[in-house]
Amino acid sequence: MPTDPRRPGRAVRRRPPNPLRALVLAVFLLFFVVPVLWLLLAATKTDEQLVHGDPLSAGSWSALRHNWDALTSYQDDAIFQWLGNSALYSFVALAITLCVTIPAGYALAMTEFRGRRTLLVATLVVMLMPNATLVVPLFLEVDAVHLVGSMWSIILPYSFYPFGVYLTYIYFSTAMPRELLAAAKLDGCSEFGAFRRIALPLAAPVVALVGFFSFVANWTNYFLPYVLLPESGQFPVQVGLGTLLNNVPQFNPTVGSLEVQRPELALATLLAITPVLVVFLFSQRFLVAGMLAGATKG
Amino acid sequence: MGAPSHGASRIAWPGRAGHGFVAPYVVLLIAFGVVPTVYAIYFAFTDASERFAGLSNFTTAAADFRFLPAIGHVALYLLVWLVFLVVLVVGLALSLHGLTVRAADRALRFLYYLPGALAGAASAMVWLFMLDPAVSPVGFLLRALGYDTFGQVIAPGHLPILLAVIAFWTGAGGWIVVMYGALNNISPDVLEAARIDGAGPWQVAWRIQLPLLRKWIVYMVILSFAAGTQLFVEPQLLSQASNGVAGRDYSLNQLSYDFAFQNDNVGSAAAISVELLVVGLVVAGLFVARSGFFDAD
Repeated sequence: MPTDPRRPGRAVRRRPPNPLRALVLAVFLLFFVVPVLWLLLAATKTDEQLVHGDPLSAGSWSALRHNWDALTSYQDDAIFQWLGNSALYSFVALAITLCVTIPAGYALAMTEFRGRRTLLVATLVVMLMPNATLVVPLFLEVDAVHLVGSMWSIILPYSFYPFGVYLTYIYFSTAMPRELLAAAKLDGCSEFGAFRRIALPLAAPVVALVGFFSFVANWTNYFLPYVLLPESGQFPVQVGLGTLLNNVPQFNPTVGSLEVQRPELALATLLAITPVLVVFLFSQRFLVAGMLAGATKG
Repeated sequence: MGAPSHGASRIAWPGRAGHGFVAPYVVLLIAFGVVPTVYAIYFAFTDASERFAGLSNFTTAAADFRFLPAIGHVALYLLVWLVFLVVLVVGLALSLHGLTVRAADRALRFLYYLPGALAGAASAMVWLFMLDPAVSPVGFLLRALGYDTFGQVIAPGHLPILLAVIAFWTGAGGWIVVMYGALNNISPDVLEAARIDGAGPWQVAWRIQLPLLRKWIVYMVILSFAAGTQLFVEPQLLSQASNGVAGRDYSLNQLSYDFAFQNDNVGSAAAISVELLVVGLVVAGLFVARSGFFDAD
């Protein structure tokens, strides 16, 4: 069609906007965003406003303040304790994950040793299995060594992060020039020296990537701590939310004296997601790059 | 860019430093991958006094009145969710990719992706409210459909759809971004050639873009399938919030949990775990072996 006025390559983007397309995109925008917006607003309302007011109207500072006070007084600052627990578990596990994962991914990508291929395949298989698969068996194992209730019973399983090993493996096998290592070897550098002086300084992007993913996975995990930690004082905030939920009279009419109002639950949910939300806002590119890396090599 | 990853190009130092690098990881892999698996198998085949029990734990679990319904629930949920996921994620990614205004498609991708931050218990919390006609911003819609109370909305028959909606809300944005990235990799020349040959947008999508997205769709379906069989937190919280209108043994993982902690029947709990484990292993193994996605060099 030589009369086609559109320039090559950009034609699709020059079409007039298709109203059907715009409508579909707008409907899904509402679907994805309205619940988040509602949650933000709910924390600023009283329970009465929540039921009778416009669902997407803002409440008041005083209601927010009241919800905050009510939430923090629940079991003497339990919410802060839970947030603190989440932070403790997530960050300690993150630190261990990085110390374990980066050298392992590096060795799989750059060095030759016996059992390397087996380890790689095992990593891929375990990585593709959802992490809830082993929770009940893990409980049986931890119970057998009498560690149920110890914080290590969830920190150590969190630290086992095959996806991180895989990401590191991909990163080093595509981004690290082998000549550098060969030169280091010729210069008499030890294998560990080469890792420390050459590979680690180059590894910053993948450290960030593994760090983000591991943190988000640890922070949002529910099943494992739910099964392995028996006492409220040890709960991470995700499990704590479940406890609060049990004390909301509208959801559980048999609740006793520890009543939690719905706006307090909304506020608690907001607090629980804040760290992940911050990570999301600052690292969208990273996180997406990681999802892509999950399916391709380089 | 394929990595030049043949054994020959890997650097071999004399000695065993390679093992030193992987040793801590191998310890964790054994402790939290291999040992629990072995443990599950051991418990699944022994009775309370640790004698070999044949398949009796499996038959006990399978004969339990909650077992078949749980399989049915999970299967129905998976079906609804995977259909949602494939149709809508691909449709939305194609729509976004065809947008004329660059800034709009970037902003939309981010906003679609945002609920991913609410993974886990948080998304279930949000949807408890969304599904309660008394407080939901779409309460008018729920009432128009004839549901006036939370209990009516989450009637057991609705759960597969509701759980699929929750999972879609949390996870779809990430996949949309992935699909969008894959669409960007299709050469504009190919699309232009099709257009010059007279193909409309639908034909371009159907004949060119969809076939090129295929492997990404497969990747998404397989990972989502494996994750979906492990359903736990959403039905658990729905059940808590509805005083049992949504049963506490809706999914297989919930049933396994109840066998272990309510019925004191560790063997049957392990038997269900083993079954779920086999599903997970088979899916992962097939994928690694067949797809070529993960060439272990």
